Amino acid sequence: MTTLTAVARTTEGFLERVEDWDRSLAEELADEAGIAPLTPRHWLVIDYMRDTFIARGDAPSIRTLGKESGVAIKELYLLFPKGPAKLAAKIAGIPKPHGCI
Amino acid sequence: MTTFTQAAGTPGAAVADQPITKVSIIVSKGSLEGIYPALILANGARMEGIEANVFFTFFGMDAINKARHEHIKVSTVGNPGLHLATWLGGVPGMSALVTQQMMKSMEKLDIPPIPEFVEMIADAGAKLYACKASVDMFALKRADFIDQVEAIITVGDFYQMAGGGQIIFT
Repeated sequence: MTTLTAVARTTEGFLERVEDWDRSLAEELADEAGIAPLTPRHWLVIDYMRDTFIARGDAPSIRTLGKESGVAIKELYLLFPKGPAKLAAKIAGIPKPHGCI
Repeated sequence: MTTFTQAAGTPGAAVADQPITKVSIIVSKGSLEGIYPALILANGARMEGIEANVFFTFFGMDAINKARHEHIKVSTVGNPGLHLATWLGGVPGMSALVTQQMMKSMEKLDIPPIPEFVEMIADAGAKLYACKASVDMFALKRADFIDQVEAIITVGDFYQMAGGGQIIFT
């Protein structure tokens, strides 16, 4: 089990290394963002973000996230207020998404 | 004489540190290239957790008009950015052809077509409004607009709603 204080992070709080992440770290990141505890719906999104990033080397767009993660746009904004793409990426331990959509 | 108050040092430093919390975006044009920037700005605002209002006026209302939102095209006449000969831009079918090409490039970048994009923005929590003056001028009704439109509002309502935020005109 890793703790947040032990990992390197960017100034915006994203993990520097994808491999530093584990599920307990995600809970800590969620707590820091004020959305803890993570529900199975959150995890659906987090796992999808992480799997997509590992498979494609880039975070999915909000459009793809809404279509393919199993959680629609409306719910994404309820689960991750203040911006689902960025926040879910942060909790999933992947770099900040750099697309405009 | 107008004077601008600014912090010493870099220009704009006084406002640079103040995060934007609300934007109200006006969409006044009905061409594809006229509508997309506003939609990208609105969606981008929601993605950053910024409150967003989108006010459709004049031909910009085509983006929320049920009968028209699937048929929005790039303007090929009087559009020097396309680098097409003026006479060629007016050839029948040219606008449809250029639109099709552009939509293909956008699909590759995962940018949705206008009807889907507008719905996505509404689902993201942005509020959509139609301009009363334009609605009256074009003799339109609430039923002509997609369900996601919150209301038909006056310019006064718009200013009230935009209070405390930034206004972007496109």
